[in-house]
Amino acid sequence: MSKSVLLKSSIAKKYWMAFTGLFLCLFLVGHLLGNLQLFASGEEGRRAFNEYAYFMQHNPLIKVMSYVTYLSILFHAIDGILLAVQNKKARPVQYAVNNAASNSSSASRKMAVLGSIILIFIVTHMVNFWAKMHFGGLNLHKVEISVPNAPKPQELYITTNQNYIPVEQVEVRDETMFYNKEVNIKIGEGYKDLHSAVMAFFGKEAHGMKANPLAWLGVLLYTIAMAVLSFHLMHGFAAAFQTLGLRHPRYTPIIANVGKAFSIVVPALFAIIPLYIFFS
Amino acid sequence: MKLTLKIWRQKGPSDKGQMVTYPIDNIDGDMSFLEMMDILNEELIVKGEDPVAFDHDCREGICGMCSLFINGEAHGPDRAVTTCQLHMRKFNDGDTIYIEPWRAKAFPVIKDLVVNRGAFDRIMASGGFVSVNTSGNTVDANAIPVSKIDADKAFEAATCIGCGACVASCVNASAMLFVSAKVSQLALLPQGQVEAKQRVLNMVQTMDEEGFGNCTNTGACAVECPKEISLDNIARMNREYFKGMISAE
Repeated sequence: MSKSVLLKSSIAKKYWMAFTGLFLCLFLVGHLLGNLQLFASGEEGRRAFNEYAYFMQHNPLIKVMSYVTYLSILFHAIDGILLAVQNKKARPVQYAVNNAASNSSSASRKMAVLGSIILIFIVTHMVNFWAKMHFGGLNLHKVEISVPNAPKPQELYITTNQNYIPVEQVEVRDETMFYNKEVNIKIGEGYKDLHSAVMAFFGKEAHGMKANPLAWLGVLLYTIAMAVLSFHLMHGFAAAFQTLGLRHPRYTPIIANVGKAFSIVVPALFAIIPLYIFFS
Repeated sequence: MKLTLKIWRQKGPSDKGQMVTYPIDNIDGDMSFLEMMDILNEELIVKGEDPVAFDHDCREGICGMCSLFINGEAHGPDRAVTTCQLHMRKFNDGDTIYIEPWRAKAFPVIKDLVVNRGAFDRIMASGGFVSVNTSGNTVDANAIPVSKIDADKAFEAATCIGCGACVASCVNASAMLFVSAKVSQLALLPQGQVEAKQRVLNMVQTMDEEGFGNCTNTGACAVECPKEISLDNIARMNREYFKGMISAE
């Protein structure tokens, strides 16, 4: 690259914003498709969701994509902060009167503020769920089956190779690994019960996870965060194409409309899930 | 019409400056905004006060000298006009009008409403030209076929008068619309191809060094531009820059 412009120049920095931003839009679609499984209720829905969560944590291709996503978020945030600082410096004295509403949308002028709120949301969201998935804090997926004439129901773990193991027969090591109590051999691996953690977080007691007493606050903040995301995308989606030079009288109106639809539908579907869990 | 003017007064580049209120009367709707300013200055001179300094030249909307940020908008509330072509009939009797200079780090205030737009000249000097043979056997420009569509687009880009309204309107004080118009008018024509790659790299580098902000695609520039320069030009410059960035030697 000539003169190392790839990171230094204003336009190259914008390419990175657009590139990472569009990649994160793809990530949103993937994340949403996963989340929509939370609408499936009952033991079947719970099991499908926990199996999906296991797959997302263990599939090598998904692993690569997840690191690309972490890097994209970091890069988008850092690059965005650098640009915002430069932009602030470019106008040291403000206007006494500025009728900016007459020439541009407020979302387009507040991208850094909207983005910062989304970044704070991402951090709290990751603490709420991602960190528990990766660093512990979740129960293992087990089911209770009532046995005729038995004083209490039988508790069984579900293993990743679709077996049921009675809870009292195994010792759990490394969070999810089942070892035979008598002979020191591994006999299976369990699923983390992320589904119940989600239910509990949004106010529904589930499988030994107590309902979050502040669930209403969680639901409220998640909904607000999705509204902020909607405004961020409302400008960002189409702007990314403009930054990459992808502008054409035939296609730009289509991109603008797809962007508007995307920025309403995707955050709305994300927001409906906690609302649905809380009010159902 | 009777108006209250609130005008930015600043004695020199290092002065702090402030908004000063001036009442003005007997303003006709058919006057241009600058004629109204002339009347104010004549009154100030009679009173022995320092007249308000503002930029102007042709007063027919083609030179790019006049500026003024009027009631929060570059060249005032009307669209596709420069301040000199803005009529006082756009205002109502009793209105308060705020008049400020362009605000950008790259456009330092010289006095009152006059700013130094030399940064634009330095951007142009870094690449906004084509090299032509002047040894006597100059080829007629019309001898090279150019498609009508490209010729029109190049002409539209070339109508940019370099007034700086785009920078003044942009929330980031970005000069992308100006620079992209100047890059486009040459990139669209065969005569501009010789220096195309290096031109866009050099002009953007100078733009960055002058302290303009980055484009966030708000579109404010194109709305406030007196010549209605399109955002198409910014997209074109983004493409041209990418070509230059990955292939220039």
